[in-house]
Amino acid sequence: MKTFPMGGVHPSENKLSCAKPIEVLPLPEVVTIPLAQHIGAPAVAKVAKGDKVLTGQLIAEAGSFMSANIHSPVSGTVTAVDMVPNGQGLRQMMITIKREGDDWAEGIDRSETLVKACPFSAQEIIAKIKDAGIVGMGGATFPTHVKLAVPPGKKAECVIINGVECEPYLTSDHRTMLEHGEELVVGVTILMKAVGVEKAYIGIENNKPDAIAHLKQIAAGYEGIEVVPLKVMYPQGGEKQLIAAVTGRQVPPPPALPIDVGAVVCNASTTVAVYRAVQKSMPLIERVVTVTGKRLKEPKNLLTRMGTPVSTLLEAAGGVPEEASKVINGGPMMGRAMVNLASPVTKGCSGITVLSGREAVRREAAQCIKCAKCVSACPMGLEPYYLSKMTQKKGWDALEQQMITSCIECGCCQSTCPSYLPLLDWIRLGKQTVMGIIRARGAAAAPKK
Amino acid sequence: MANKLIVAPAPHVQTSQSTARIMRDVVIALMPALVVSTVVFGADVLRVTALSVAACVAFEYLIQKFMVRGAVTVTNWSAAVTGVLLGFNLPASIPWWIVVMGAFVAIAVAKMTFGGLGKNPFNPALVGRVFLLIAYPVQMTTFPLPVNGTFDALSGATPLAAVKQGIVTPGTVGAQELLLGNMPGSLGEVAALALLCGFVYLLWRRVITWHIPVTVLVTMAVFAFVAALCSGQSEAALWQLPLFHVLAGGAILGAVFMATDYSTSPMTVKGGVIFAVGIGAITMCIRLWGAYPEGMSFAILIMNACVPLINKYVKPKRFGVK
Amino acid sequence: MEVLLYTILTLCALGVLSAVILYFVAQKFRVDEDPRIDEVEKMLPGANCGGCGFAGCRGMADALVRQDDISSLFCPVGGGDCMKAVAAYLGKAAAEKQPEVATVRCGGTCEKRPRTNDFDGAKSCAVASSLYVGETGCAFGCLGFGDCVVACAFDAIHINPATGLPEVDADKCTACGACVKACPKMIIELRKKWPKNRAVYVSCVSKDKGAVVMKACKAGCIGCGKCVKVCAFDAITVENNLAYIDPLKCKLCRKCVNECPTGAIRLVGMDPLPKAPKAAPAAPAAPKAETAPAAEKPAAAPKAGDAPDANKES
Repeated sequence: MKTFPMGGVHPSENKLSCAKPIEVLPLPEVVTIPLAQHIGAPAVAKVAKGDKVLTGQLIAEAGSFMSANIHSPVSGTVTAVDMVPNGQGLRQMMITIKREGDDWAEGIDRSETLVKACPFSAQEIIAKIKDAGIVGMGGATFPTHVKLAVPPGKKAECVIINGVECEPYLTSDHRTMLEHGEELVVGVTILMKAVGVEKAYIGIENNKPDAIAHLKQIAAGYEGIEVVPLKVMYPQGGEKQLIAAVTGRQVPPPPALPIDVGAVVCNASTTVAVYRAVQKSMPLIERVVTVTGKRLKEPKNLLTRMGTPVSTLLEAAGGVPEEASKVINGGPMMGRAMVNLASPVTKGCSGITVLSGREAVRREAAQCIKCAKCVSACPMGLEPYYLSKMTQKKGWDALEQQMITSCIECGCCQSTCPSYLPLLDWIRLGKQTVMGIIRARGAAAAPKK
Repeated sequence: MANKLIVAPAPHVQTSQSTARIMRDVVIALMPALVVSTVVFGADVLRVTALSVAACVAFEYLIQKFMVRGAVTVTNWSAAVTGVLLGFNLPASIPWWIVVMGAFVAIAVAKMTFGGLGKNPFNPALVGRVFLLIAYPVQMTTFPLPVNGTFDALSGATPLAAVKQGIVTPGTVGAQELLLGNMPGSLGEVAALALLCGFVYLLWRRVITWHIPVTVLVTMAVFAFVAALCSGQSEAALWQLPLFHVLAGGAILGAVFMATDYSTSPMTVKGGVIFAVGIGAITMCIRLWGAYPEGMSFAILIMNACVPLINKYVKPKRFGVK
Repeated sequence: MEVLLYTILTLCALGVLSAVILYFVAQKFRVDEDPRIDEVEKMLPGANCGGCGFAGCRGMADALVRQDDISSLFCPVGGGDCMKAVAAYLGKAAAEKQPEVATVRCGGTCEKRPRTNDFDGAKSCAVASSLYVGETGCAFGCLGFGDCVVACAFDAIHINPATGLPEVDADKCTACGACVKACPKMIIELRKKWPKNRAVYVSCVSKDKGAVVMKACKAGCIGCGKCVKVCAFDAITVENNLAYIDPLKCKLCRKCVNECPTGAIRLVGMDPLPKAPKAAPAAPAAPKAETAPAAEKPAAAPKAGDAPDANKES
């Protein structure tokens, strides 16, 4: 069974909601839409307070090439375009819309009929994806149209669909693959056409045998699409790890990109969104969110409009338990802990994980015993114990030399540390600082040329 | 929701394998050897081991409490591991005050002066043992006979010493005796089979990986084989000598339990293999040509000194770098 | 006897040989250095704090000797006297700078700015600040994990457990700026050091709107601008909902202190202004940067309705 070449951990899977079909969450009364829901420049608001908007109408336009459009997830009246605290309590520009009914903008095909034939050219496909404001829905929120635009001089060789979902607890991609498999596979053919390749792989971890069987059966009817079962290992859903697992090629350290080894990776839910954007002109205004946690009454997979408050989702899953103490936007390995439960669901939010009791509190850190478990767990072949120590000593040159910028912040090191040291807390800080130093150096060197 | 939310950077998952659990697993892995040793040498084994553990834990507690005045971390079982390993490196007939002195050197000199667990460059139990070996050579090399042993021919010399002195040849010492421990020797080194059970347990509990122990033993076997080949031994001895050296003395105890000590072994697999080859080769050099019959302790300590260098130059293979 | 002789001879020969080798090596690798660098280094305080921008005092001494114009170099620890002495020795013109002291511009004590969540990560302001808003609702205020304390080489800044905020010991502070750089929220500022450690400054850096500030903290600047109107020296500006007192224009008249509705303008080392315009400065009772004496007195002094809250905060 294939997997990536080095490191990795296998935390308890806790896929509590894997057998729960996707449920549609009732439309929220009020939505707040952040203008920065993706990597890159924030979108620019196209509406002002008092404007009436329709579901699916463009309300904010991409701010630059590296940015994404944003559409209204409901119909109603814009009540504010203002700074609102996000999940981490930091103020961000958001558009607030009060819902009135559910009237859709024209030109969006809301029917369930499967449209297999794609009459568009590669450019047209990418333009449609850009219009629909699609970004990576696995959490990285990289604008999809940027990813599909293969830079000149580079050549794509295959499309890889990320159906790994290696994060514990989360099941939104799993359910999407099961319930929207046909759409997903048509989405794959569209992506193949967009980047001009004949080969596509769908990577799925072996803990989802139903999804593997289902997609294998569908893919058999198409040319060049192969389902690749993978050994269960975190962080296989990381772009570089998935490429290595499926093709055996390793993306060189930054600034190299996956396209340098001929791969274009796209998340499973994103692929379904691509199908809808191209074949149905449907913008990205809703997504499946897993609401989960051991003490939650009813872990669920909810089809949710963007901008819905997280607290609404938690209520739909039976309410926040009394002893809950950590609410995470995303899964427990890479998700961000939240302080503001009124903050909205965004394009990159694949799950809300509620941890309670002892699970939520870190154990007391002790001294490093040099067990080297972090070194063998690191999927990038780094030495986390050293990087963490050196960050605390501010040895930026040494950190750069030891390739701290390769760190993908997967958290394997910290989750495997028997002394419970906050390794990644420090490494992340060191990485940010070193990246800043590298950028400053680039900026200083640029004018001279 | 009554409580305040807790916020921390990702990851929000922690392993259940704590330092204390790892150290406890090492102690558990040493228990089969303790049982065999008790059967072989009698209740003296328990006396020495218990005293050694008690002394190590007590010294660590006293130093942390009254000299370092930092957190007292004896509950992490690391002092107990040192205690058991030190005890396993002593003969059962050793006087009590030598045990206490060894524990003092191990904990106070070799461990706490460097900052305690994780910072000591040399394996504490081995430093204690080597100190005692040099300071009290007579007591340290006088081994009691097995209680109900059949191995009288050796009259108190360990198989390695007997071979060294030319009393016996490796071929006459049966592998069965070496595996079951019916021979004179230190507490922990007489039962190869029990130690191997501990090795399997540690692998199963993911406390250590196989690389260092296997490499040490393979290196020793290859070294012995080549040495036998070069000295033109008979065909039978070509196979007997490697087997004898791998099973006799502290080879397995050292390879499985001491060379794999976290803080005194390299951080990478590649570094660990270099480290292990060094241990195997140095051990065999001492055994074949040195003054001492056994060289495991010295070999491990010498390679311990090379660990910082190995860590500096042997880096893990980086992802995406050719 | 023979053995002894040979031993001595061998050792002597070895010694002579080594000495000769050492001599030639020393000649070959000799580095000529300006002897004045050593002298200047001796004149510098030797704290190696990096406050001058160099890695240590040696680097600073090297720069002082090499550069013709040393007016851009300044040792904050040694201060003007040290720089004058160095300049006189080198025959160059020294930079002149007024003495400064690190000032913590946050008044969000545990009491005024309640904690709304618990941070469980590495105890570092930089780590917490890159993650989220902090343990309180204020995105600008002090996080209280003490990166500044770690950065200080002079033991001059400590977290007060009662308030959860760092406090500067003005007598130990050398204004090297290490804490200023360490603070991810840019709360600490080097401000002009007045005699007897007196100071008036806005103890808040929140650029949030007034209502948002009020919700998170009872001691924040809401940008109302009352202080601007009352300042006779044009020293106060309000920008992005935040007042700032220019330390070089401020004359410590203290009028603004009584105007501030939230008590965000902090007064150190002096009594607040009573109704009568002129008041004797606080007696020698305040050697340190503490408002303890200042906080006690207003309770006794009759000051009808005159900024009731201004001095309670410490």
